Amino acid sequence: MLIIGAGPTGLFAVFEAGLLKLKCHLIDALPQPGGQCSEIYPKKPIYDIPAYPEILAGDLVDKLMEQIRPFEPGFTLGERAETLDKLEDGTFIVTTNKGTKHHAKVVVIAGGLGSFEPRKPPIANIAQYEDHGVTYMIREPEDYRDKKVVIAGGGDSALDWAIFLADVASEVSLVHRRNEFRGALDSVEKVSELSKLGKINLITEAEVTGLEGQNHLEAVVISSKNGGEPIVKETDYFIPLFGLSPKLGPLGSWGLEIEKNAIKVDNSYDYQTNIPGVYAIGDINTYPGKLKLILCGFHEAAVMCQSAYQRIFPDKKYVMKYTTVAGVNGFDGSKKEAKKEVVKSIN
Amino acid sequence: MADIKITIVDREGVAHQVDAPTDMNMNLMEVVRSYQLAPEGTMGICGGMAMCASCQCYIKSHQDQLPEMSFEEEDMLDQAFFVENDSRLGCQIPIKPELEGLRVELAPFQD
Repeated sequence: MLIIGAGPTGLFAVFEAGLLKLKCHLIDALPQPGGQCSEIYPKKPIYDIPAYPEILAGDLVDKLMEQIRPFEPGFTLGERAETLDKLEDGTFIVTTNKGTKHHAKVVVIAGGLGSFEPRKPPIANIAQYEDHGVTYMIREPEDYRDKKVVIAGGGDSALDWAIFLADVASEVSLVHRRNEFRGALDSVEKVSELSKLGKINLITEAEVTGLEGQNHLEAVVISSKNGGEPIVKETDYFIPLFGLSPKLGPLGSWGLEIEKNAIKVDNSYDYQTNIPGVYAIGDINTYPGKLKLILCGFHEAAVMCQSAYQRIFPDKKYVMKYTTVAGVNGFDGSKKEAKKEVVKSIN
Repeated sequence: MADIKITIVDREGVAHQVDAPTDMNMNLMEVVRSYQLAPEGTMGICGGMAMCASCQCYIKSHQDQLPEMSFEEEDMLDQAFFVENDSRLGCQIPIKPELEGLRVELAPFQD
């Protein structure tokens, strides 16, 4: 079973699948398991996990990882699931953005809010300059050597890159909506120092509102918050750095039925999507009565696994077993089971 | 406790006067969602942790009755678009009696 998304729901699906002797592999765009719980709020408490009056999100992930360890899940982290192909035999190939191919009989999308992608400023023609002068992340700083660069944003990454590129590019401008910057104090001071030295052209209380150029970007239009004529600034590159926001991303073009920015499933029957063999569980799905809660994701994982099992082994007879009765038999040879002892006898 | 009346101008520019309870521990984003004044999936995406800007709104009255902006909210608004001087995140504005008659406009949704 291939699980896309290693947040709490995806992780717990490994446990439920393991009880049915199904082996799982997880893909996640983030570099560590846990999804939002690890990435966004590891130190925040959660109060509605059954039997945990209070647990930190990061600790919940650690507990889930411990719980699924006997089922030896595989992980492909830091890669985003890009395409889904259905083969003639009804199995699937999921390919990541780095080209890794995963072959599975069942695909489970536990993608939460989606994958985190750079926020793009609302400039009408920005898409036509993407990879032609507009970029949302800096991969190779040397690309900017002796070029003119305009960076927009007021956070750490905007400040850090402005500082770094001040020594690389021929001209660096930093455009920010306010006078204040919220980055680390060191970075703010450094930028202000470089600005005084004329190495960073600091343009505050302003926004980039337009882009110009034939095929490649040639200039940006900068509008001041205080009114006045916008200025046209010649540049080779425009780098907006406004943080990341979650997007459905490539999943949106897999032929899945989408409703309310989520994947529609056939209610509580088995959380299967309109593509048989592809399931969606946790925050990423929607159905009448949907609640976006971790505990609902856990429930959906358990129900989904029963259906997935029948799909993978259509001829096998199976009934759900309680772990208290059947124990937990890990793929690593470990075995957990309740002590068998007579606790009460009837005379 | 009694409800308060607030006016919410949706993203199409239509004004809605709604009753908002002051005793349900609700915030402005949740009021917008409960009256379905913005399509699901375009409002309160992060669930109210000031971690997305989908509930950004322009506060047109009661400026002096609003809670101080937290570091998280200010940080988020720094990364958002269509930000004006009266921008706030709806999820950070608890509904309380002093906000009787509040008027807010929803900021455009940034996909």
